[in-house]
This record gives sequence, C-alpha cells and structure tokens, in this order.
Amino acid sequence: MKKGHKLIYQKPKTMTDKRMHYCPGCFHSTIHKLLMEVVEEMDIQEKTVGVCPVGCSVFAYDYMDVDMQEAAHGRAAAVATGIKRMLPNRYVFSYQGDGDLAAIGTAETLHACNRGENFTFIFINNGIYGMTGGQMAPTTLEGQKTSTSPYGRDPAKIGLPLKMAEIVSQFERVAYVERVSCDTAAHARKAKKALRNAFEYQGKKLGTTFIEVASNCPSGWKMTPDESLKWLEEKVFPYYPLKVFKKPEKKEV
Amino acid sequence: MPAKGTVEFDIERCKGCNLCVTSCPTDCLALNTSDTNSYGLHYAYLKEEDDCIACMNCAVICPDAAITVYRKQDPSKERRNHG
Amino acid sequence: MGELRLMKGNEALGEAAIRAGLQGYFGYPITPQSEVIEYLAQQEPKHDYVLIQAESELAAVNMMYGAGGAGARVLTTTSSPGFSLMQEGISYIACAEIPCLFCNVVRGGPGLGTIQPSQSDYFQSTKGGGHGDYHTIVLAPNSVQEMVDFVYLGFELADKYRIPVTMLSDGAIGQMMEKVELPDPVEYKPKKPWATTGKTKDRERNILTSLYIQSEDMEKKNQKLQKKYKKIKQNEVRFEEYHTEDAEIIIVSFGLTSRVSRKSVDIGREKGMKVGLFRPQTLWPFPWEKLGEYTEKDKVKFFISIEMNAGQMLEDVRLAVCGKKPVHFYGRMGGIVPNPDEIYEHIKKVKE
Repeated sequence: MKKGHKLIYQKPKTMTDKRMHYCPGCFHSTIHKLLMEVVEEMDIQEKTVGVCPVGCSVFAYDYMDVDMQEAAHGRAAAVATGIKRMLPNRYVFSYQGDGDLAAIGTAETLHACNRGENFTFIFINNGIYGMTGGQMAPTTLEGQKTSTSPYGRDPAKIGLPLKMAEIVSQFERVAYVERVSCDTAAHARKAKKALRNAFEYQGKKLGTTFIEVASNCPSGWKMTPDESLKWLEEKVFPYYPLKVFKKPEKKEV
Repeated sequence: MPAKGTVEFDIERCKGCNLCVTSCPTDCLALNTSDTNSYGLHYAYLKEEDDCIACMNCAVICPDAAITVYRKQDPSKERRNHG
Repeated sequence: MGELRLMKGNEALGEAAIRAGLQGYFGYPITPQSEVIEYLAQQEPKHDYVLIQAESELAAVNMMYGAGGAGARVLTTTSSPGFSLMQEGISYIACAEIPCLFCNVVRGGPGLGTIQPSQSDYFQSTKGGGHGDYHTIVLAPNSVQEMVDFVYLGFELADKYRIPVTMLSDGAIGQMMEKVELPDPVEYKPKKPWATTGKTKDRERNILTSLYIQSEDMEKKNQKLQKKYKKIKQNEVRFEEYHTEDAEIIIVSFGLTSRVSRKSVDIGREKGMKVGLFRPQTLWPFPWEKLGEYTEKDKVKFFISIEMNAGQMLEDVRLAVCGKKPVHFYGRMGGIVPNPDEIYEHIKKVKE
C-alpha cells in the first residue's frame, strides 16, 4: 500500500511469481497477463483449466496459476475437447502458436470448431516458429525471410499465409471470432475485452470461441521490440486485420 | 504539472523491452542506461515524476506485469469512481 | 582425398545428402535437428532437389512415401516425438517396399521429454515402432564423419533392397562440430522400373500398396519381406572392435556412448583391466552372430551393455550371448551422457 495513493493496477494474483522466460517485448507474456487478469476479475481461478502447446509457450503452466495440461504438438484442441466434455462447467482454454494450431494441429483445430466444442481457442499468431529457432510458419507473410525461407516466403512453392480467424468463422457452431493485438495500450485493452467476451460466451455455452492474437517475435524477426510493433502495423495488420469476424446474436448473450 | 499518480517497477521482472516508454502519453518513462538488473537488462523507471497521469498505458502494455500503478488521492477534490 | 571441412553434425548430414543425389526432402522443425532443413533451405537455389517444410511429421512421412514411390531419392530428419508420428508411414513404406532414408536425432523421452541426447528409441527403431512384421535397416553413426558416410550407405542400401533405412543420430552428434571428409557428389540416375512414373505401353501398370485383403496374399507378401530380411542379415551386418582380442570384459555400446566407452577402455587398459569395446554399427541387423562368437572364448568373463536408456540394446546382447556368460548393464536416462570415469568405476565394481 502507498500512503495517499490508491492502487489501480498490479500484476494479477492468478499469475505465479515466476519471471517469464519469453523474450523482451513478446506478446506471449502480455496475453498470459491479460488472460489471468480476466480469470481474476471473473473470479474463476478454481474453475479454469488450460491446455498449453509445444512452442515458446510450452511452459505456460509455470506462469498461469490454474490447472493445466501439456498437449503434444498440435493436439491441444483434441485435449481441450476431452477436458471440456468431461467438465462442461469449467472454463477451458487452449493456448497455441501458429505451428501448433495452423500446421500440425489443423485437423484437430478445424474439427473442434466444426463440432462447436465449447472452449476458447487463444491463438498466438506471430508468423514464425520461435522455440525451434525461427523457421517459417503457415502464417509467415509472403516474402518474409525466416530460417527455412531464407530468400523470402514464395507462394508458388508453399502457398500464401493461412488466415485462421477467417477460416474458423465459417463454421456454424463457432460463436465468436475476433482478431486482436497488443501493440498499443488501446489494442491491448481491446484484446483483454475480447478474452473476457470469449469466456463469458463460453459460460453461456454458446459454442466455440476463438481469439487470434496478431503477435510479434522480436527475436525471430531479428528486430527490437519497438521495431516489431512497426512491422505489425505496416506489414501484418494489412493482411491480418484486427476485427470481429463473428459474434453471437444479441438475444443469446 | 503535479503528478496525478505514480508507477513502481519490478526491476527484476522488467526486461527493458521499452514498450512502456513508447506507450506513455506524457513521455515520463525511460530505460535506465546506467544500471542493469541481475539479468543484465536496462530496466525502466519513472524519469519525470511530475508527469505521470496514472493512465495505466504502461502497465497494460507491459508484457511482464512488472508495473504497479497508483493514483494520487486528493481528499480536497471530489473523487470520481473509475472502477 | 575428398573435401575437408569443419562441420556441425546436422549440417554435414544435409551436405552429404545433397552430394549423394538428394531429390526430395520433406521435414518439420524439431529440436535438436532443425539445422538440417535450415541448411537445405539455404542451399536450395544451387541444386535441383525439392524441399518442403510440411505441416507435420505425419504429412512429411507420407510425402516421403509418395516421392519415394515416384522413384526419387528421399530423406527426412526428425527427433523422437516426430519419429513416433512417422511410425504409421514407415510401416506402409516397408510393406510397399519404397526406398527411403530416415534420420532420427534422438532426444530424451518419453513424451515431449528433453532436447538432450539419448538412445531410448532403440526398441522403436529395431523392433518396429509401427505395426506389423517389418524391419528397417538401422545404422548407428558415432561421429560426424560416420553421419556423412552412413548417408551414402543408407541411400545405397535403401535402393538395393527397396527398404526404409533409419539412421539413429542423437542430440550431441547432431550438434557437435568435427572435421569431415566429404565424398564426391554422385550423379544419381537410377533405374526403378517399379516406380509410379506413368504406365508406358511396354509395361503393366505399377501399383504401390500394402493392402492384401486375402490372407494368402498377405502371407505371401510377408514371406517375400522375410526372405529379404534374411538376405540383409547375411550381408549387411557392420560393427567395429576395439581391444577385444584379449579382452576379459566386453563392453557393447553404440553411437555417442561408444565414444565415451572407448575412453573407458583406455582408462581400464591403463590400469591393467583387460577390457574391450564391441561397437555395432548396424543395430538392425544386429551383429548377433559375431558378438556370440565371444562367448566361445574362455577368457571372456562378462559382457556389459552401456547405453543412454533403461536397457534396450541390452536385450539384443542377451540374445547374442544366449545365457552362456553374464550380461550386465549400465545406463543413464533423461538426456544425461555418462562420462568415461563413471563407466570405468561401474565396470570395476561389477568385476569384484
């Protein structure tokens, strides 16, 4: 406490005290924080179960003070399905990167969405495989250089970047899809609101909720954190616009 | 301008990413270029104490939840509930 | 004398594959072998091979099946969790008799495990990680030079017997840098009349399948495979012996551990212990017969299998020894590499 002052913002209690291993400026950390703020504000720590992926956020369970399961690479949607079907009154989320959700896990992702599984996807899309050293991802931009696209992503060889939010919003039983980012405080606040919405809709059993975060990877992109924000604004957002793709009817909410 | 609030940094959690400095509307934050934390990183600090307006932008954007924000309580003025 | 270079294991693997006439590489990043695909991506503009970073190892192995079946010289590299995903594909490839080269840069497991080196995929590779009665030839290099040599050998054996070949590297060999002599590039123009390249008027159509609904047909196919495996067992066993001629204690060790064990032999010999090292270079076919010959020597007191696992090659050593002499074991798990002193101390204890 501070004399003569009112505390208005601090690290949520639903985060552990462990210092996060993510690179400086990485939105993984930001989303971990915003997600745990939502869990704290909704007072659902005891009712939340998360599934973490293989990728930089493989140790998410070290930072989020909720029950979590480690899934094999790409299988988080299937694991989350298992958990939510058994525990329908828990708030279940899968937390995945672009390799996990949009490469190896595409089948699991699409089928969970098609079935309308009532959990929340949190999809961290930073166009690169950070953990394994900076290889190309299904969401790497055209012309973007990575360690396996050293001359720039060539659509003629490997296709164009996948737009997952756009794809999953076509499923009938997917209730809410929004793409957000954390490059400005305003965007970060919106991202938190989107996560909150997703959990509220999950609570009302409206169907699958899917939040895609247009995220950064300063290390993989070989930029400073500030430069990575510029890349997002100039190169990423034009291809991956921040918007609500689908949301429940007013009467359902 | 007298400060409307103040911020505190968890120096060890801070990674010196500079996003708080960039997001501050009054430019009152900076990285301490003459000191580092135990990880060798230049942590952020409140450079211009009088300029903090307690907008919370820094704390919201801080990836590492390293920032705590306080609003000054002025008993003489009518308090608005910001919630 | 070929070209000499100081190279990292994973990159040497890539370079060797290119020189051996690689036509297709299909893989997925996984530590500790992502350098292979990165190296091949860097070199791609200078060569003709197809390179695809597939969406998963499951997709990659099936791309291997397709490309290999179309007659190409194909390679994939992965690590243990990814290799598990490939097992279904390998079973299909083995039955359809498609030449393919796999390299598993083994890491500690089970599950997601660790990124440190291990030898805990021995069972998976030699006893068949996939379903059915099949085998792949399993090669176990213990140096960067052997990685390079076995790439050439692996591709040749794959073509010669129309069989998938597995190379078992590990996280340490993949990452270490050593001097290598790179062989001259090969001009690869094979004749593969069985490949699905388009039925020309002069032949019947080629079908690559593993489906034999009638049991009699399935049995015939299996008999054909078994005949092939018998031939491989007779002709393709490879091993290395170090100080075994007068040895009383025979260490059996492969891959990285064999290098450490070799040093333990030196330590033992210095202290007057008559210890030797038998190093299988093919894990399948395992040198059962040759190792078994040591049981005929009266002076041999016991065998000891030294591995980075809970005791896998141990079972093949026991099979070779067939109860005629004691067989002991020393192993570390979880990605920990034993050091020569610790091995020597353990052998000393067993001796007493």
